[in-house]
Amino acid sequence: MGNRVSLFITCIVDQLFPKVGMDMAGVLERLGYEVDFPESQTCCGQPAFNTGYRDEARIMARHFLDTFESSECIVAPSGSCTSMVAHHYAELFQKEPETLARVHSLEKRIWEFSTFLTEVAGVDDVGARLDDVVTFHDSCHGLRELGIKDGPRRLLARVRGLELREMQPAEECCGFGGTFAVKFAELSGAMARTKIDAILRTGANTVVSLDLSCLMQIQGALSRAGLKVRTMHLAEVLASR
Amino acid sequence: MSVEFDRKIHNTLADANLQLAIYAATGRLKDKRSETVTPDALPDYQELRTQANAIKKHTIENLDYYLEEFERNVEAHGGKVVYAKDGTEVADFVLALAKDRGARLIVKSKSMTTEEVDLNERLEHHGLEAVETDLGEFIVQLAHERPYHIVAPALHMTRYEVADLFTKRLHVPRETVIEKQTAIARKVLREKFLAADIGISGANFLVAGSGAVVLIENEGNIRLTTSAPKIHIAIAGIEKMIPRAQDLATFLKLLGRSGTGQLLTVYTSFLSGPRRSGETDGPDEFYVVLLDNGRTRLLPDRGTRQSLYCIRCGACLNACPVYRKIGGHSFPWVYSGPIGAIITPQFMGISHEPALPFASSLCGACAEVCPVKIDIPKVLLELRSDVKKAEVREKRNRLEKLAFRAYAWLMTHPRLYEMAGRLAASAAPPDSSGWIRGVPAPMNIGPLRAWLSQRDLPPAPARSFREMWRRR
Repeated sequence: MGNRVSLFITCIVDQLFPKVGMDMAGVLERLGYEVDFPESQTCCGQPAFNTGYRDEARIMARHFLDTFESSECIVAPSGSCTSMVAHHYAELFQKEPETLARVHSLEKRIWEFSTFLTEVAGVDDVGARLDDVVTFHDSCHGLRELGIKDGPRRLLARVRGLELREMQPAEECCGFGGTFAVKFAELSGAMARTKIDAILRTGANTVVSLDLSCLMQIQGALSRAGLKVRTMHLAEVLASR
Repeated sequence: MSVEFDRKIHNTLADANLQLAIYAATGRLKDKRSETVTPDALPDYQELRTQANAIKKHTIENLDYYLEEFERNVEAHGGKVVYAKDGTEVADFVLALAKDRGARLIVKSKSMTTEEVDLNERLEHHGLEAVETDLGEFIVQLAHERPYHIVAPALHMTRYEVADLFTKRLHVPRETVIEKQTAIARKVLREKFLAADIGISGANFLVAGSGAVVLIENEGNIRLTTSAPKIHIAIAGIEKMIPRAQDLATFLKLLGRSGTGQLLTVYTSFLSGPRRSGETDGPDEFYVVLLDNGRTRLLPDRGTRQSLYCIRCGACLNACPVYRKIGGHSFPWVYSGPIGAIITPQFMGISHEPALPFASSLCGACAEVCPVKIDIPKVLLELRSDVKKAEVREKRNRLEKLAFRAYAWLMTHPRLYEMAGRLAASAAPPDSSGWIRGVPAPMNIGPLRAWLSQRDLPPAPARSFREMWRRR
């Protein structure tokens, strides 16, 4: 594999958390990668797919395929969006063999950020420093659809000054779930508060995760409760020095 | 979402004691399961799951063959197989048999299948007495409630509530010690067992090759239910079939561990046919009622018929962060939790509660613990798609459809997407360095209002990522 990576920044990072995208690009460049940003990218279509609107999801998936057709390696700051492309696009094109072939090619070229670092770049230590006590929230799609568990913890273990305290349970959903968060708002909020209790029991100052969707839910609930715990994407932690 | 579904969720979330009870009880079951399936405790756990899935897949794909084989073998042992399309046919069969034999009192062992067809209500309506003999089921029957959980029917009740219930319904002195409560139930039930005319059980497995009904339990009440009365009727969904008795080597290892964290349950009974000459125990008559009740509707669909692989262990309920909040009674049918969220619309039709497949964050914890590897999130996604297709057909929820069409269109026009994003950001409150607690009333509608009802919103950044990227 060459030295070029294309960023799939995801719509949520593009619109709401641009610093995370810049930090991810910064970490990749520090490791010697040449980073590009295909400008026509938007959303992977997961919200439509998960809400049952498959025709609309297909429209967005085709757009994604066109956008990243020539990218040999794609890195995204999200387990959930990566999984949408790598695991669910294929379900959308079962009846279109040509598109399906393009999807299968794409599946092999897209990486969630932490997995790219540990499995493709082969690094655990990116030279970061963050004097903080943190806890790590396993994002569901990263954990259960992509099998991401140890990689981000190895990366955090090599951040100087950082202490990782595992919450119990780290693997229980924060309650975001896409449109679930607004369709079942009260339930989603109750799930977030249970997650926050688990976070508080660790005594950590910062919650780290691989997905801004989870972090938006967790930070939104922390903020509503008037708590001072902050959230950071792994890329922000690894960009700290 | 139906008003009732919404209200039940709200009421459960608002009940602080119930919240603690559900979370603690499911947590215990979840932890006990985890301990019994670690690589040290059961090295071939993943292989067993794969094997269980393959056996069920094979059986469901050849169900016609195995049903007939099962029937032949049951009848060879002197039993009888009855096919029932729905709850009415089950009740009609039991009622006709009871009438013919002059039966009045029926003892029952725990069976979700009979719950599914409201058998007790149907029998009581015709003057028969049906008594649940599993302790948890006995409690919920006294309370006139449905089981709260597939394997732990009274999971939501504290021993103090049980004490009050026993005092009120059984007219006994108030007793809060669980062992003593059990003794009270035992005394009441022993008399019922001795007097009962018919015993009705469910089935954990139906073995086609030997015509056996396999039942697992901890309390011994199933052994009494199926052997003390002169007539035993086992009522089972057609999907309970497995080809051969040796397949149980796979399933029994998984079922006890997944359900209650037991290596095996206390009793495992193999029942095939009535008492034979020379045998001292057992019924004179043995019937197996094979229930469809919507199951055959699933068979044509390759992608979603895997729901029929379920062995009703309840592990997905304990793992589910939604079940652990909204509990069993919020669900619109007797089956709750992730498995209930898929089989309810599949057996009853999606219009029964169209919001049900959406009541999930799709976290996948259910699929991770499922001993037969049912991909529950995948089935939920298929059902969501079915619901949306039906809405389009029936011209309902058109605003949401329109919104998603507009969103898909916008996302394929990157320049307009960028402009729309900046426009939305400009509507955010000025200099909000912190998170936003609320928005002006005219904006506080729809999804934004729903979000803000529980959480704060991130402040809009001065520039989007793509703007920052261009400027760097």
